[in-house]
Amino acid sequence: MKFTTRSSPHMPVTNQVSIMMRDVMLALIPGILFMLWFFGWGVLFNLLLASFTALAAEATVLKLRNKPVIDTLYDGSALLTGLLLALALPPLAPWWIPVIGTLFAIIVAKHLYGGLGYNPFNPAMVGFVVLIISFPLQMTLWPAPHGLEPGMVGLLDTMRMIFGGVPPAGHTLDSITMATPLDTVKTGFSLFDTWSEITNSPLFGALGGKGWQWINLAYLAGGIWLIRRGVIQWHIPVAMLAALFIMANPFYAADSDNFASPIFHLFSGATMLGAFFIATDPVSAATTPKGRIYFGVGIGVLIYIIRTWGGYPDAIAFSVLLMNMAAPTIDYYTRPRVFGHEDS
Amino acid sequence: MVSLLENPHPIPGGLVLESHKSESLQDPVQAIPLPSELIIPISQHIGQAAEPLVKIGQHVAKGEIIAAASGYISAPIHASSSGTVTNLSEHPVPHPSGLNAICIHIQTDGEDRWAKSLDATNALNLEPALIRQRVMDAGIVGLGGAGFPAAVKCSTGLQSSIELVILNAAECEPYISCDEALILDRPEEVIEGLLIMRHALSASQCVIGIEDNMPQAKQALIEALDKLGEKDIPVISVPTIYPAGGEKQLIYSLTGKEVPSNGLPTDIGMICHNVGTAAAVYRAVTFLQPLISRIVTVTGSGVKQPRNLEVLLGTPISHLVDFCGGYMPDVNRLLMGGPMMGFGLQSDDIPVIKTTNCLLATTHKESPEPQAALPCIRCGKCTQVCPAGLLPQQLYWFAKTRAFDKIQEHDLFDCIECGCCAQVCPSHIPLVQYYRYAKTEIWEQETQREKSDAARQRFEFHEIRLAREKLELAERRSKHKQALKDSPATDKDAKKVAIQAALERVKAKKSAAQSASSGEADSE
Repeated sequence: MKFTTRSSPHMPVTNQVSIMMRDVMLALIPGILFMLWFFGWGVLFNLLLASFTALAAEATVLKLRNKPVIDTLYDGSALLTGLLLALALPPLAPWWIPVIGTLFAIIVAKHLYGGLGYNPFNPAMVGFVVLIISFPLQMTLWPAPHGLEPGMVGLLDTMRMIFGGVPPAGHTLDSITMATPLDTVKTGFSLFDTWSEITNSPLFGALGGKGWQWINLAYLAGGIWLIRRGVIQWHIPVAMLAALFIMANPFYAADSDNFASPIFHLFSGATMLGAFFIATDPVSAATTPKGRIYFGVGIGVLIYIIRTWGGYPDAIAFSVLLMNMAAPTIDYYTRPRVFGHEDS
Repeated sequence: MVSLLENPHPIPGGLVLESHKSESLQDPVQAIPLPSELIIPISQHIGQAAEPLVKIGQHVAKGEIIAAASGYISAPIHASSSGTVTNLSEHPVPHPSGLNAICIHIQTDGEDRWAKSLDATNALNLEPALIRQRVMDAGIVGLGGAGFPAAVKCSTGLQSSIELVILNAAECEPYISCDEALILDRPEEVIEGLLIMRHALSASQCVIGIEDNMPQAKQALIEALDKLGEKDIPVISVPTIYPAGGEKQLIYSLTGKEVPSNGLPTDIGMICHNVGTAAAVYRAVTFLQPLISRIVTVTGSGVKQPRNLEVLLGTPISHLVDFCGGYMPDVNRLLMGGPMMGFGLQSDDIPVIKTTNCLLATTHKESPEPQAALPCIRCGKCTQVCPAGLLPQQLYWFAKTRAFDKIQEHDLFDCIECGCCAQVCPSHIPLVQYYRYAKTEIWEQETQREKSDAARQRFEFHEIRLAREKLELAERRSKHKQALKDSPATDKDAKKVAIQAALERVKAKKSAAQSASSGEADSE
């Protein structure tokens, strides 16, 4: 009897890129629900616009590159890029903000470098940086979190704002939006307000900004689930959060009037989203176990530096991109000791 | 003194896999009927192929040597049964390349008649050198799969002294159960073999490493040790993590010591033998019985009745499968070895050889067609499971881009091809295939380099020689000219003298010839 042969190993491989991407999307759900609760319909529109744009852009480029379209879309990586970018965008931003950001992320940051597996930079963060540099005003259009004046923007008003650029009746753009807690802290310090003065406002909660702390906790929960499932490894998030926390400690301890608390840093802005979902993008991160620790530490340190002394209130995107640049070098110098070799 | 670990180390990396051993362990080991034809390859081991000693038409007895070892790393081959040599020709053999090789075909006569009577000797009274000779004459090779001539691993002469002999009963790859079957069937033979090797190596210590999912086999070994009065040989369970039974991995688990890269266990005073090899050594040394049969696991969902069989070497695989009830209708592949490191056979018209530990007939469910590979996303799952501590994702990248310098710098040659990385890869990249490709390319380049180095050296020598000759000629000429210039008179005199001398020599010869011819005339 004749048989066909193949290279070993011969057993079925159960893991799949699409399963990993799907798990990451599932882990985002608690955070998304909290974002919807606190920031309303705009979050949903961002998610829809970015997802649709991501899939359309991916399909178009794949077709141009003569690559299989449906099979590749199925790997879920484009959709995930769209979702991650959408979650970093202000909910009341005009429709073209998620569209431009996603187009840039998929077409330039991903496919011009060769597509999945070849992009040196995190595509979602490239899209985000393009937007925050090019359209700084639109990137501040965060509504007040649920429970604070002037309250939630309704579905129709949200649509009018996103697609028509018109604020709800009786409101201006300024009165319907509100600075994020990180922004408030930055402005406050620049006006020589003290930490306690700044945070003595309904915008702040026990851990971080109102609403933001819950969103961060939800991403933290999703991230822990991902680690337990083995989709991501602990090195990058733990190193990044530890570095941010440890960086913030001495400054806050020495001068608690002029520096934000370490806990606030952990539970504000996109810290947890960044730690578990963005910095862990395997393609653009360091890949050796030790290298991932350095990579995470680098991001944490940079986040603190940029938030504290830099020009932007949050710093996940810049920090991640800067460390993406360093990843190949980090990998080279952090090769693990090979079995049977002396310490390298 | 090598100290054994109180609690065995789990190996770095590795995978927990479904064992699938119970399927083939339902029945005890069974011998299968004599096949009508035996096809015996002359190369069944690592090293030089043996040289055939028989002619077509010659009658051979069971156990008679039919091909002799050639070289230090080689092993002789024996007739597995009595019969007539019908052919000496190429035939498909179990090898990943799927190529043919020279085989000795024997038409069996059904008598299964031994070449010599089998008297038992007490092996432990023999000189180590004699033991080694018997192991070598018996053609024993490592039966765990690699097929390294065992005699080389039974001598201490060339190696540093061996302190610890490790018996490898950790049969870590799924489906394969021939070692466990052997232990359950003939534990004393295994232990006797170990004692013989300890004696031959003058080693102070022995240990048996077994996986912790083989409690019955462990018990059998302990009972056999008791029976033979051996109190100092511990049987240690190591965690069942593939590839815990790899030589370097087992040594690490038991002793915490790492065999140096590029090195051998003997470099750290240890030697590791498979249980099957031990039993074969026992038979060879005690009964002068050559290696002509072995236990083969025939298993997988593709075969009706999985079991372990005692098989004469050279038996066609189809004969084994027939004995196991034939194939299931949905069989898709036939592997020699296990599902992680085994290789596919193109047909079952291939003989069992010394290293055939397992024949695995798979169904589509067990061994599906490989899915199309996606790009590597550098998730690092491969790094987590690599027992060698390598970075498989980087090696893949270097292999793909043919960066052979970089890939060697990243220690490609420490890869044991266990397949763990490919087994967890979410992109379904056939990683091991890439590493084999890179290794082959590098070997090929090295051979080419050696060849071209030799050629260049030859050419350079040639050039140097020509230049030197030219120089010497020029030197001679100039010396000659100088001499002519310096003393033209003396030189002329010398010429005259020479001519004179030559003339006188001719004269002398002539006169001698004359006197001789006159002498001849006298005698007439």
